[in-house]
Amino acid sequence: MGTDADLIRSDIHAYLTKYEQKELLRFVAVGSVDDGKSTLIGRLLHDTGMVYEDQLAAVKSASKIEGEEIDFSLITDGLQAEREQGITIDVAYRYFSTDARKFIIADTPGHVQYTRNMVTGASTANVGIILIDARLGVLQQSRRHAFIASLLGIPHLAVCVNKMDLTDYDRDGFNAIRDEFAAFAKGLNFKDVTFFPISALKGVNLVSASPETPWHDGPNVLEYLETVPIDEDHNLTDFRFPVQSTLRPNLDYRGFAGQICSGSVKVGDTVLTLPSGKTSEIVGIDFAGVPQQSASVPESVTIRLADEIDTSRGDMLVLPDNIPSAQRTVDATLVWMSESELDLKKSYILKHTTQSVRVKMDEVAAKVDMDTLQDVPCETLALNEIGRVTLTCTRALFVDPYTVNRATGGFILIDSLTNNTVAAGMIQGSESTQDLEALLREARAGSALDPKTQVSPRERFDRLGQRGATIWLTGLPGSGRWALAYALERRLFDEGHTATVIDPTGQDLSGVISACKAATEAGFIAICAYKSYRKAERALVRDRIGDERVLEVFVNTNEDLCRERRPNASFEGFEAPENADLTFDLASGRTREEMGAIIDGLEAAGQFERPGA
Amino acid sequence: MKRQQLTHLQQLETESIHIIREAAAEFDNPVMLYSIGKDSGVMAHLALKAFAPGKPPFPFMHVDTTWKFSDMITFRDKYAEENGIELIVHTNPEGKAADVNPFDYGSNEYTTIMKTVGLKQALDKHGFDAAFGGARRDEERSRAKERIFSFRDSMHQWDPKNQRPELWSTYNCRIRKGESVRVFPLSNWTELDIWLYIEREGIPIVPLYLAKPRPVVIRDGTLIMVDDDRMRLKEGEEPMIKSVRFRTLGCYPLSGAVESEAATVPEVVQEMLQTTFSERQGRLIDFDEDGSMERKKREGYF
Repeated sequence: MGTDADLIRSDIHAYLTKYEQKELLRFVAVGSVDDGKSTLIGRLLHDTGMVYEDQLAAVKSASKIEGEEIDFSLITDGLQAEREQGITIDVAYRYFSTDARKFIIADTPGHVQYTRNMVTGASTANVGIILIDARLGVLQQSRRHAFIASLLGIPHLAVCVNKMDLTDYDRDGFNAIRDEFAAFAKGLNFKDVTFFPISALKGVNLVSASPETPWHDGPNVLEYLETVPIDEDHNLTDFRFPVQSTLRPNLDYRGFAGQICSGSVKVGDTVLTLPSGKTSEIVGIDFAGVPQQSASVPESVTIRLADEIDTSRGDMLVLPDNIPSAQRTVDATLVWMSESELDLKKSYILKHTTQSVRVKMDEVAAKVDMDTLQDVPCETLALNEIGRVTLTCTRALFVDPYTVNRATGGFILIDSLTNNTVAAGMIQGSESTQDLEALLREARAGSALDPKTQVSPRERFDRLGQRGATIWLTGLPGSGRWALAYALERRLFDEGHTATVIDPTGQDLSGVISACKAATEAGFIAICAYKSYRKAERALVRDRIGDERVLEVFVNTNEDLCRERRPNASFEGFEAPENADLTFDLASGRTREEMGAIIDGLEAAGQFERPGA
Repeated sequence: MKRQQLTHLQQLETESIHIIREAAAEFDNPVMLYSIGKDSGVMAHLALKAFAPGKPPFPFMHVDTTWKFSDMITFRDKYAEENGIELIVHTNPEGKAADVNPFDYGSNEYTTIMKTVGLKQALDKHGFDAAFGGARRDEERSRAKERIFSFRDSMHQWDPKNQRPELWSTYNCRIRKGESVRVFPLSNWTELDIWLYIEREGIPIVPLYLAKPRPVVIRDGTLIMVDDDRMRLKEGEEPMIKSVRFRTLGCYPLSGAVESEAATVPEVVQEMLQTTFSERQGRLIDFDEDGSMERKKREGYF
């Protein structure tokens, strides 16, 4: 910190100017319970002057280690539960800077059951740091960490062989680990892999040259982090601009707000808007309302076009000679992050750049066996499993393969009931050979999914406070069942429920059942007293609407009274219900208690309880 | 075309603008929580930039405990007016009626009633489904693990062990009615970044951040400013004039000042870089017990 410290004292303005110019590097550090990752990060923070005295005092007082040494891992273990258990369970972000760069660390647990957390931290990293215990050598988990880092597209890998102090800085041991790991990493997608013999506990080869390893002629970890070239980590070639929103503060200004997620563009360029397929010239690129001549990844700008093109959130601006591919059916690698496993029958929400679409899984082709890192056949994916799937979207996505473009190749899957993020997806495949015509054809094609309701029973319940049911009233002519039906409708309405009597005028039994079924599925309480003398007819009602959603009420008013009330009606062929849910005699004509019993019956059947997922 | 590599500060700026625009586009009724502090000032500035030449499409809201420094209130009203910002000010009416104050109630209970409860009331009253906050991950250990889009249940509670995974810059903004999301556009900024950006952009800050002779008393080893005559002096406390500034601003009886001669932003940064005490040290509410911020956050404190 020598030079910066001097500058801060002598010329704070010069320091600020210098500080502002620093590059930003994001890295993810992965390790398991005992491999010293927290100690390594704590050390980096401490040795770069990022731990204040009051924090250090808190750490010292919390250190349970006897003796003089500070437990550096306590600097980073944030949540109470973690400190109690002595492990890292979630991604934590740390910050430090040196003379050369500013760093953001994603500190993630490495155990297999925390794969999702590692994936989260890895998704934005330039560099992955993996720790290997020098005494134990290359374990399966080290390979797994490298595999995931590569899968998430981290360009640079730093392998820290830790606890070298416990092997007396054994050069041969280090070399053996290096060679074994390098051979394995050849099959992965890193730009470069670098190895370090370190002791996080003793601070060896972390931030300074260390006499313990004279045979190590490479940089120490911090030197490496300060110098590893990251300029090319973004995709600088393929201009992609997902529109976040349209800014229209007044009649004279209309611009598309968004972040350039790859490539660059300048005023005067002709851009193609997707999915409209229309082209227009860029007449302005504004940052914070100030015009500039050009912009590149990852700038958040507002782009103005010469022509009024109907473009809105979810659309994408690209250059006509460099287009992504439009896909309604996507092959992707998924990392499953939810406790509930992938459900092939369910529809999920996919969020890709600024576009959200509904998707259905067509197939789970295979999953990765996390011990052998080989594909194995499977039916579904469970928490922390990684697999290859094919999925179909309601609308085409404008995508590039993840290996070419992290921004347009990555997506998240959201459970449409719980709204939880359940998976991270990386689009597979090679660069597109789709020409513009084919792209537009795909983009304009209708939904690749069969149209069906997108409103779940739970959402309906949240609106109406009831699940929906059919109350089917059976009885003889003159039994009073229609009067009961309308009185019940009124009563339910007054109590805050949504109910409707299905009027059978002009309909046959089948039509009436259809109407009841539609109302029930919409969450209404349908009430119907349509003539259904025969058992088979009532069975049909239950069968088509669903047994659990039908409440059958037998209005068993004395037959003589019914005949007296309706002398001309037909009483032939009535098969009295044997197992109706409720049976009443409406001889008196009063219905108050009966209606109460019906509502209790609905309640007992769970009508007013929120349905589960 | 030669590409100009963005500096880290520009990268933070562009990331924050993306976050603010994303939340504004995805939520029905967002609000920006404006605490008048320097971080809020930076966040407000970024919001203005994100939608220029128009205005941010959401209101700002300040939860006023009635014990803020008077300079803060003056600053707040002027800032909102000059920038054409729609400002909502909310004070917990029950707390105000009962005259809940930091002296009789203690910092913990007072903060709960006037800040935490006040905030929940205001969010419920207006039905906000997303609230921007100026918190940074480097402020405190439990914040280091919080997502940028941080889900709150219908009771405004944060469940640190059940957070949604957050990948790339693809944010899950889906919630059910009654639930909400706290959005932290400054998550990846450090205190130094904030100061640097204030200097670079000429963002106005409350003068209390800069050193000036002010009346203070020493209480429990902390310098407390006597901002108005509601300050209850204890036996033997005699206000004295010292050149002080504040590292964080809140309710004046709970905000510790530091002795300083730094009267400009660069001087403040210079002092800050040479000190070895972290920022929240001046904020008394964290001192109650280890892990107290995590507990407060679970209960709905910002």
